[in-house]
Amino acid sequence: MQVNRRQFFKLSAASLGGSTLAALGFSPKDAQAEVRTFKLTRTTETRNTCPYCSVACGIILYSLGDKAKNAKSDIIHIEGDPDHPVSRGSLCPKGAGLLDFVHSKTRITFPEYRAPGATAWTRVGWDWALDRIAKLMKADRDQHFIAQNDKRQTVNRWTTTGFLAASASSNEAGYITHKVLRSLGIVTLDNQARV
Amino acid sequence: MTNTWMDIKNANVILVMGGNAAEAHPVGFKWVVEAKAHNKAKLIVVDPRFNRTASVADVYAPIRAGTDIAFLNGVIRYLLEKDAIQHEYVKAYTNASFIVREDFMFNDGLFSGYDEKAHKYDKSTWQYEIDEMGYANVDETLLHPNCVLNLLKVHVDRYTVDVVSDITGTPKDVYLKICEMIASTATPTRTLTSLYALGWTQHSIGAQNIRTLAIIQLLLGNIGMAGGGVNALRGHSNIQGLTDLGLLSDQLPGYMNLAQDSETTRNAYLEKRTPKPMRPAQINYWYNYSKFHTSLLKAWYGKAATAGNDFCYDWLPKVDQVYDGLRAFDLMDQGKMTGYVCQGFNPLASFPNKAKISSALSKLKFLVVMDPLATETSEFWQNHGEFNEVKPEDIQTEVFRLPTTCFAEEEGSLVNSSRWLQWHWKGAEPPGECRTDIDIMSELFVKIRTLYQHENGAFADPILHLHWPYRVPEAPAPDEIAKEFNGYALADIPDPKEPGKLLAKKGQQLSSFAQLQDDGSTASGTWIFCGSWTEAGNQMARRDTTDPTGLGIAPNWAWAWPLNRRILYNRASCDPAGKPWDENRKLIEWDGSKWSGLDVPDFKVDAAPESGIMPFIMTNEGVARLFALDKMAEGPFPEHYEPFETPLGTNPLHPAVISNPAARVFENDRAMLGEHKEFPYVATTYRLTEHFHFWTKHCLINASLQPEQFVEIGEALAKELGIANGERVKVSSKRGHIIAVAMVTKRIKALTVAGQTVHQVGIPIHWGFTGTTKKGYIANTLTPFLGDANTQTPEFKAFLVKVEKA
Repeated sequence: MQVNRRQFFKLSAASLGGSTLAALGFSPKDAQAEVRTFKLTRTTETRNTCPYCSVACGIILYSLGDKAKNAKSDIIHIEGDPDHPVSRGSLCPKGAGLLDFVHSKTRITFPEYRAPGATAWTRVGWDWALDRIAKLMKADRDQHFIAQNDKRQTVNRWTTTGFLAASASSNEAGYITHKVLRSLGIVTLDNQARV
Repeated sequence: MTNTWMDIKNANVILVMGGNAAEAHPVGFKWVVEAKAHNKAKLIVVDPRFNRTASVADVYAPIRAGTDIAFLNGVIRYLLEKDAIQHEYVKAYTNASFIVREDFMFNDGLFSGYDEKAHKYDKSTWQYEIDEMGYANVDETLLHPNCVLNLLKVHVDRYTVDVVSDITGTPKDVYLKICEMIASTATPTRTLTSLYALGWTQHSIGAQNIRTLAIIQLLLGNIGMAGGGVNALRGHSNIQGLTDLGLLSDQLPGYMNLAQDSETTRNAYLEKRTPKPMRPAQINYWYNYSKFHTSLLKAWYGKAATAGNDFCYDWLPKVDQVYDGLRAFDLMDQGKMTGYVCQGFNPLASFPNKAKISSALSKLKFLVVMDPLATETSEFWQNHGEFNEVKPEDIQTEVFRLPTTCFAEEEGSLVNSSRWLQWHWKGAEPPGECRTDIDIMSELFVKIRTLYQHENGAFADPILHLHWPYRVPEAPAPDEIAKEFNGYALADIPDPKEPGKLLAKKGQQLSSFAQLQDDGSTASGTWIFCGSWTEAGNQMARRDTTDPTGLGIAPNWAWAWPLNRRILYNRASCDPAGKPWDENRKLIEWDGSKWSGLDVPDFKVDAAPESGIMPFIMTNEGVARLFALDKMAEGPFPEHYEPFETPLGTNPLHPAVISNPAARVFENDRAMLGEHKEFPYVATTYRLTEHFHFWTKHCLINASLQPEQFVEIGEALAKELGIANGERVKVSSKRGHIIAVAMVTKRIKALTVAGQTVHQVGIPIHWGFTGTTKKGYIANTLTPFLGDANTQTPEFKAFLVKVEKA
């Protein structure tokens, strides 16, 4: 069986491990020269979109692990998606650095709290943080909610707690955020489109 | 964008003004290169700086920041004077022939109806003459002195080449060359496209910058055409989506809005938003408003919303004014706000006048920051030396920092600049304890709802009865939410055209907003997204790249709002008889019984050309507006107003009215405006190609590419001030200062404006005191706290500074 290097990779990825094929004697002529297999052949590909500007270039995330329930996946490479009709595989200097966003040293990985006048953060749990925020919001809402204006017109608004909505979160996140905020009567609301 | 990224390749002339696509949208800019290479397109770049877009332009013109309207009004004058307009299009598809009321005036910089104390207009005279039937009068001969086209001619008559050059600093020869190139697209078989970004919006007259270009495109017949349009290159990956979803103070999803206080009944609210046609036979699509609004209320309040209770109309808040970001920080600084939540948003860095933002945040009781990164806002209370001189002990604000997932760790849809909703998938689990925005908002909501279930409190009905049908209440799945904003039938929906048939069965996903009802039998959270998740599944996840005509339309790739339409106003790509103006740009055509073609018609599919229905179906007159009626805050025609900080200290056109008389300026902030005598140089802020906003300074590669803050100064100014390339300089405005490396450049030339030399200074925005780059000053320390009259977008692109050796 004569296979060239490209077909060899295809075969290896599709069926058996490369070493097994080689052991069975199906080695391409140059297989002996291969130092190691191409790293990305053993990763899982996931289609995604660059989160920066609105060209919305298609990207492919390459992660270790097969997304099985207990396998922890880790993204090791990101590149342009050649199938994407707008970006056709290209990425700009911003998008080309996306892997460093995922693994940025200045990402926040646990909730933190800074008390009035404190000079440092304290690590807190999600439950504690969200309970406290919920209580602070309710207290302010109950105190400042305007059910009627001074002309006795029903207005049902809450102006004293405000919200700035994201610019890279999904439509699904944006929609649920909007639904929650209006149920509370929030009108001090803006998003990044303004600036 | 009215058109799409790929459609840029069909243009013959491309105008990049108010943006720098080659550096800020580099991959989208490939389509400009494609147009140049394969369509022999010519590229025009107008910018204060000779940027990388300019470096590949056929013609580059320098301009003084903040004078775009003068430039473009001069183009309009040129087109009208040379009669370089597409007559049939202008006459049939715009309001050129409509007659404006006699008492509409423009004198010395002010339109009729100005209230000097309130800084706003009574716009009642900005209207057509209306006949007894309620229709606007028109003069098809275009001879009436008060028809829109003649009023426009008079309005722009002052913008001669000499006047334009005097205001903008653009040399006359290059200006005339550009006018000529733009005019070349007045023929039906040539198009101009315009690409702009924040270089047009971030001005006190930002919205009018864009309107001026829209007028030019209408005169040239380039709206609705492949290779034409007015194309906003949005700055963030889903800022189009967040806007479509209405996350703005007074908006609701799908460009509906909240009621005003005075609209005490739903009928009064709906009547105001359901306009009457202003010309016979027009579609006037917003007459469907009640269907969209009812379907939204059904999506949000479920069974609680009934015809008997006006579908819970009163549960939505009403607004007495717009509580946009500028107003929020102004109220906060007055001590009138308690709490603030920043979701993926870094206002300390991205709002104007950092000192005011910092002072405002310090007066809050609590601040919540949800972000994947350690933003400056979350650390506003920390002392970072010269970059953030604060005393933590004096700041009593409680701050919560909640870690969120990033793009790679979540699934969902984003709307790109072309209005495409594209689905993306999750590649890995997030690090540590990060959670999605959906989960955080949902769990917070559930916790607040629980508090209201157990304790008394203010008006709890909308919280207790919010329709919350999700499998896991604290963590709704993206597909559950996407199906909800698309919409579904709550009962069988009969087809009015064919008795016995159904448009949709109870429980089914809807496929078009034409199926929405106002009797409560449909729910749709965002009517313009209806069709994105149908019975056929998730349309946003489609990945067929086939482009059958080669015009750059892949109709089965993802899904575009509205109704998968790729080119807006495409009915206008055909002449009144229904034939394409240009056979090579055929998007749709009238085939004798219906409108058909590759794109989804932006029109009633079975309305014959003889029906008299005009292409701009979202307006109540059916045509596009050269004269904007009462839709703009500062006038129905664009006028040149100086930036609030002007290097001239006057407006050469009307010294009594220097800047936009209706702009958003709070009284206290007027004292924080600088004068040209103290701050003589024009400054403008912008992005670099290696960085995205304030995010990529957290990424090692990008931080390595552009590690240190700098400002750009022209050679002439550097010489005048004795500053050498690489020296440190202090740049100050009335609001504060930054210290950065000076990059002395040939790219910014001094301009001659109104007989004097004007220098411009370039300030890239990307630095701050968190991240992986060297620490730097927040550029918005310098910028003025005031905004556009319509959008309240701050004037980041034109303000005054002084420069000294540091």
